[in-house]
Amino acid sequence: MAFEPVLTNHVREPNSFTLDFYLRNARGYEGLRKALTLKPGDIIDQVKASGLRGRGGAGFPTGLKWQFVLKDTPKPKYIACNADESEPGTFKDHVLMERNPHLLIEGCAIGCYAIGAKIAYIYIRGEFYHVQETLERAIEEAYRAGFLGKNILGSGFDCDVYVHRGAGAYEAGEETALIESLEGKRAQPRIKPPFPAVAGLYQCPTAVNNVETLCNVPLIVLNGPEWFAGLGPEKNGGPKLYCISGHVKRPGVYEASMHTTLRELIYGDQYAQGMLDGKKFKAIIPGGSSVPILLDKDLDTPASFDHIQKAGSLLGSAGLIVMDDSVCMVWLAMNLLHFYRHESCGKCTPCREGGDWLYKLLQRVENGEGRAKDIDLLFGVASNIVGKTLCAFGDAAATPVLTTLNLFRHEFEAHVKEGRCTLPAPWRAKQPVMAH
Amino acid sequence: MSFHPEMDYAPARFHRSERKLAEAGEAFAYTAENQAKFDGIVTRYPADQRKSAILYALYLVQQQQGYITGASMRFVAGQIGCTAAEVEDVVSYYTMFYTKPVGKYVLNVCRTLSCALLGAERVTEELCGKLGIHPGQTTPDGEFTVIEVECLGACDRAPVVMVNDDWHERLAPEKAAAFVDDIKERGRAAFTGCHLHVEKK
Ligand SMILES: Cc1cc2nc3c(=O)[nH]c(=O)nc-3n(C[C@H](O)[C@H](O)[C@H](O)COP(=O)(O)O)c2cc1C
Ligand code: FES
Repeated sequence: MAFEPVLTNHVREPNSFTLDFYLRNARGYEGLRKALTLKPGDIIDQVKASGLRGRGGAGFPTGLKWQFVLKDTPKPKYIACNADESEPGTFKDHVLMERNPHLLIEGCAIGCYAIGAKIAYIYIRGEFYHVQETLERAIEEAYRAGFLGKNILGSGFDCDVYVHRGAGAYEAGEETALIESLEGKRAQPRIKPPFPAVAGLYQCPTAVNNVETLCNVPLIVLNGPEWFAGLGPEKNGGPKLYCISGHVKRPGVYEASMHTTLRELIYGDQYAQGMLDGKKFKAIIPGGSSVPILLDKDLDTPASFDHIQKAGSLLGSAGLIVMDDSVCMVWLAMNLLHFYRHESCGKCTPCREGGDWLYKLLQRVENGEGRAKDIDLLFGVASNIVGKTLCAFGDAAATPVLTTLNLFRHEFEAHVKEGRCTLPAPWRAKQPVMAH
Repeated sequence: MSFHPEMDYAPARFHRSERKLAEAGEAFAYTAENQAKFDGIVTRYPADQRKSAILYALYLVQQQQGYITGASMRFVAGQIGCTAAEVEDVVSYYTMFYTKPVGKYVLNVCRTLSCALLGAERVTEELCGKLGIHPGQTTPDGEFTVIEVECLGACDRAPVVMVNDDWHERLAPEKAAAFVDDIKERGRAAFTGCHLHVEKK
């Protein structure tokens, strides 16, 4: 059976972001209407049965996360929707919020009802100002139509949804750092436990859910958990958004089932349509910049959480970055370490100091001034960051170095031996980028 | 001093937080309109959690006077009910807050992988060459600032440039110089906007 998109089927149509369109074409707010006739616990059971896994990066089962939210407490509970979308190579929540914002709002409201919260804060990255405008307009519409606010649809359930604008910090996407940022502090992670489900925003029980995750919830309530689970491989059900960028003919966001292989996503006619300018494929980062590289031999892997993990990488945020054979892997590691050293929040020493150190070493090698022992030093420094930080950022920062060393060590050695970049490309800077 | 015999890195140590104090600047207060906006937003958070509105409060300052000074940080501290040091802690962490004047058009060029693969490094070179400045600098006439930023979340439209709060997509290096001229001539009309805004096409 062919897969029919359900999250993005209308996004190219004019005015798809309006309430009117949503009600008319997408069974808008019927999920919420149905949810309000169920017991909150039943909704959590349905989400559990559907097997929905978090779309933000970790792939943790959403039903379980909601079940863990502390019930017997006098404190208020919250949903914090993670719309920080800062993982390099990821731009799916962008499309959902811009073109289908009411689906997210409906998901937030159902989520609040399920866990017993009355407020959902959507934490959106500061750079998405144009998206925020659309989202806030949609929220206003929802209030006016009685889908948000007091006594929603006569059920006695109250729910507010607010947008909270970040101000430029990748780390604010990490769930506890997001909470810190929502509280008006630097976006730095907390020590876990306690997990947000027990002590999150304002030390109250909080569920942190990604935008795409919440967008799936109304569909599960409407169509049932079996429908959802049946869309993909076992434990990898539902529709999935793939962000394809880099050296492909038609980059973009594509919705598919998790049966779809990486090769289909890159070469398929309805997806990215193959390599740009007919160049040769070299490597792919399949889950946003923080995950290990896969090669041509791995491309027949279905792009599901479990299959990609078995192939030695991670589906992460499903940001597929495709590279042709003009890409120097030392340069690639350097490019990404520039990102990680800049975005390190500075709380844990291995990440803060190690990231900077790795970047400088990579720059030395890339610029042809590397020494043979720098290659081992890179490995040593990166290995010493892994597992030694409060959040997964440290592992993410070490990954580009470890994965390129693992698969392309010969390129590092050639740089050192020849004292220059052995694979310069015309699309790179003419002047070498200097450390600053 | 170095912690490791293989790397003398301490003198030029990097961290995203600016370690210099912002200049004090002139006395600051919100306009009546901004004060009303702030008072409205603060009600979205529990009454004892006014600090949650700090990013919003700082955006308002930046809209009003272009950048954030010591005096405005003290003002925000008063609005929030926290110390000026806490405000400074936040300002120095988030990259979208400026503590120095910036140009009328801030060209935020994405430099991260997907954009770099399609020529973002060259875009920065071309823009800087055209304007006669380095990344991080502002032209003497105060019109343009060029900043290299990390992934903007629109990698399928690489290379992406965010200009103030506006979006410009697919800026090929060859078109970068003409883009500057176009902005000078047409202002915001020069930007492509977000391709998802299909209604505006
Ligand atoms: C450094 C770092 C950055 C992250 N950035 C994001 C992000 O931008 N968006 C997101 O949804 N999740 C991000 N995550 C994952 C969140 O911590 C969290 O797992 C997720 O929001 C949970 O939602 P989910 O269960 O719906 O996926 C990040 C994690 C780390 C460690
Ligand atoms: S890499 Fe430039 S927008 Fe993502």
